[in-house]
Amino acid sequence: MSESKSVVAPSKSRPTSKIASRRQRWGYVYVAPFAAVFAVFLVLPLGYALWMSLHNKGIATAGRSVFVGADNYVKAFTDPVFLEGLWRVLRFVLVMVPVQIVVALVAALLLDTLATRLSKATRLLIFVPYAIPAVIGALMWGFLYSPRFGPAGDLFGLVGLTAPNFLSSANVFGSLVNIVTWQWVGYYMIIIYAALRSIDPSIYEAAVLDGADGRQIALRIKVPMISSSMVMIVVFALIGTLQFFTEPQVLRSSAMGAIPTDYTPNMYAFATAFNYSQFNYASTLAFALGFLVFVGSYVFLFLTRKQSGLK
Amino acid sequence: MRTSARRRGVAAAAAMAVSAVGLAACSGGGGGAAEATCTNEIKQPDAAQVTVWAWYPAFDKIVDNFNETHTDLQVCWTNAGQGADEYNKFQTAIEAGTGAPDVIMLEAEVLPTFTILESLVDLSEYGAAELEGDYTAGSWSDVSNGDAVYAIPVDGGPMGLLYRADIFEEYGVDVPTTWDEFATAAQDLRDAGFEGSITDFPTNGAALNYALFAQNGWEPFQYDAAKPTEVGINVDSPEAEEVLTYWKGLIDDDLVATEDAFTTDYNAALVDGTYAVYLAAAWGPGYLQGLSEADADAEWRAAPLPQWDPENPVQVNWGGSTFAVTTQSEQPEAAATVAKELFNTDEAWKLGVEDAALWPQWKPMLESDWFTGLEAPFFGGQKINEDVFLDAAKGYEGFSFSPFQVYAYDQQTQALFDMVENDTDAGTALSTVQDGLVQYATEQGFTVTE
Repeated sequence: MSESKSVVAPSKSRPTSKIASRRQRWGYVYVAPFAAVFAVFLVLPLGYALWMSLHNKGIATAGRSVFVGADNYVKAFTDPVFLEGLWRVLRFVLVMVPVQIVVALVAALLLDTLATRLSKATRLLIFVPYAIPAVIGALMWGFLYSPRFGPAGDLFGLVGLTAPNFLSSANVFGSLVNIVTWQWVGYYMIIIYAALRSIDPSIYEAAVLDGADGRQIALRIKVPMISSSMVMIVVFALIGTLQFFTEPQVLRSSAMGAIPTDYTPNMYAFATAFNYSQFNYASTLAFALGFLVFVGSYVFLFLTRKQSGLK
Repeated sequence: MRTSARRRGVAAAAAMAVSAVGLAACSGGGGGAAEATCTNEIKQPDAAQVTVWAWYPAFDKIVDNFNETHTDLQVCWTNAGQGADEYNKFQTAIEAGTGAPDVIMLEAEVLPTFTILESLVDLSEYGAAELEGDYTAGSWSDVSNGDAVYAIPVDGGPMGLLYRADIFEEYGVDVPTTWDEFATAAQDLRDAGFEGSITDFPTNGAALNYALFAQNGWEPFQYDAAKPTEVGINVDSPEAEEVLTYWKGLIDDDLVATEDAFTTDYNAALVDGTYAVYLAAAWGPGYLQGLSEADADAEWRAAPLPQWDPENPVQVNWGGSTFAVTTQSEQPEAAATVAKELFNTDEAWKLGVEDAALWPQWKPMLESDWFTGLEAPFFGGQKINEDVFLDAAKGYEGFSFSPFQVYAYDQQTQALFDMVENDTDAGTALSTVQDGLVQYATEQGFTVTE
C-alpha cells in the first residue's frame, strides 16, 4: 500500500491555484446528490432512532415520551430474550460462516482449474440461487421441508426410513443454515473466482517449474494471494449473519413454535416495534445490535489486517 | 478552461436535476390518506371520500354496493393486509401521527390494544349508541365500554364442531356432545382402526385456545378503557388449567395431533381425512370450502360444540371483526357513517354471507328467515345456521381482551409449544404466561392486579 501513499502525497503539497480551487467547488456539486440522499435516508433516520432509543413511552402512558438516558440500553443488555437471541446468532456465525466460505472456496478453486464447457455451466448453476430473492427462496424451502409436501418423506421412504421433521425446534437451526448456505455460496464463489482470475498465470508456471503440484498451487499460492477477498467475504457473511432476519421470519409462518418472534435480535426488534408498538425499545435493540455488529466487524478486520492489506 | 468548467457545471446541475426527479418519483407513492388511490372505482366523483382498510373476501362487491347507494359519500377501499400485517401498518401510522385511514377493519380482540393508544374515535358521539339493539349482545359487549362505543360489529365466529360423518359412521363411533364423550370418541376411533386423529390441538392457535378455555369460565383479563392504566391478569386460573390438562392428556395418549394451524400442511390435513373433527367458528365452513386437495368422499356435518356441563351449556366465540374510526381521520362524522352503513342492509349482507361466508352480527340479517333457513351444500344440505351456529351466537356474552393482546397471544403460543415439546404440565405453561404478562404489563406502566 506504500505506492498509493506516494501517489497521494504530491497532490497535497501542490500549491492550489485559483482555477483549481474553483474547479474543486464544482466537486461539491457532484457530491451533493449523494450527500443529500445519504443525509435524508441514512443520517437523519439514524439520528431519530438514537433519539428514540434514549426516550421511553409505555403502552399505559401513551403519548407521553420521557427522557430515560441509557436506561433502555441497560435493559437491553440485561434482557434475557435479547441476549439469548445474540447467543443464537453467534452460534449461527460459528457454523454458517465457515461452512459457506469453505464450500465457496472449494467450488471456486475447482472451477478455476477446470476450463471445460461444463465448468461454465456449473459456475452459473452455483450462482443461480443468489439470483432468487431471499423471501422466495425461504418460502420455497418451507415447502421442501414440509413433511406432507416435501420430497424428504419419499426419499427417506425409498430406503425404509422416516424423514426427520426439519422444522422441529431441534432441527430448525440446521435447516436455516442450509437455506442461507444454498443462497449465498454462489455469490461468495463468484467473488473468490474473480480474484483467482486476476492472478498472473506466470506465477503458476514458475511454481510448476519449481515442482509444485496442483494441491500446493491451490493452498500455497492461490489462497494466500486472494486473502484480501477472503477477508471481505467473511466480513459480509459475519454482518449478514449477525443481522439474521429474512429466512427465519419467513420460515416462522410454517414453524411458529420452533421459531419464536424473538429468535434473532433483529426479529425481536421487529416484533417489539411493529407487533407490540414499543418503538423506543425497538430502536434501542436495533442500535445495540448495530453497535455489536460494528465492534465485531472492527475486531475481525483488526485481527486480519495483515491478510486484508488494510495495514 | 472557463468554458470547460462551465460545461462541467451544467453537467453537474443536470445530474442533480435528474436525481431530484428520481427522488420526487420515489416520494410520489407516499401521499396523505386523503388522496390515496382506491382499489375500487368511485361512482360519485364529487362526493366526499372516506378511506377504508379491510381484508374481507369479496369486499369489492360490498364497497360497490355502498357507493352505488350513497350519493353524498364514497368509500375508497384499500386492502392493507390481513390481520397482523394490517395492524403493523396501523401501529406505524399511529406512531408516525399520519397515514392511517378514516375507517379500519379490526378484529374485536385487538380493540383494547388500539383504544389504549388513543387511536380510535368514541362513536357514541356520532349516534352509534342507538344501534345497540341491532347487534347481538356479545358482539356489542366486545366493542363497547360503558357508554363508549369504539367500533361497529361486523362479523363473528360462534363456535361449533364440524365433523366427518363418513369417518364416524365407518368406525361406528357416536358424535360427542360433551368433552368426556369427545375423549372417549377419540379413543374409540383409534381402537376401531382410524389412522388419523380425532382433531388437532394447534399450539399456535392462540385465539382458538382462548375460546376453549373461556368455555370453562376463564376470564384472563379485567380491563376497563375508562381506567386505562389498570389491568387485571388472571391467566393461570383453575378453569384454564382444567381445560389445558384435558388436552395435554389427549396429546400424551397420542389421540390428538399438535400441528401448527394455518400452514399449508394443516390445511391439507383438515380436508384429506387426517382429522375427523374440525373445531370451528362460523367462518370455518367457508374456510374449509376454500381448501384444495379435499377428500372426494368427505361428508361434512356440523354439530354443537361439546360441553363441560351439559346442564349449563356455555357458548363461545372465535374471531370476528369490526369497523372502527381512527382519531387521525379529519372527517370522523362521515367516517362513522361509513362504519355504520357498509353492512346495514339486506343487500350488503346477502353479498357478505354468500360471497364472503361472513357470520352477521347484525340482527335483522341474523334473525331473517332467509339466513336461518340457508342450506349448506357442502354439508349435504344441512341447515347449519339453524342447527348449530345461531344458538352459539345467541349464547355468547362477550369476552374481555387485554390491551396488549398480540403479545399475550405470542407468549401463549410459545408456552404451549414448550409444553408439548418438553412435556411439561399445563399448570407450568399457564404460570409461565401469567408471570411473563405481569412483568410485561408492569414495565409498560400498568397497575396490575392478579
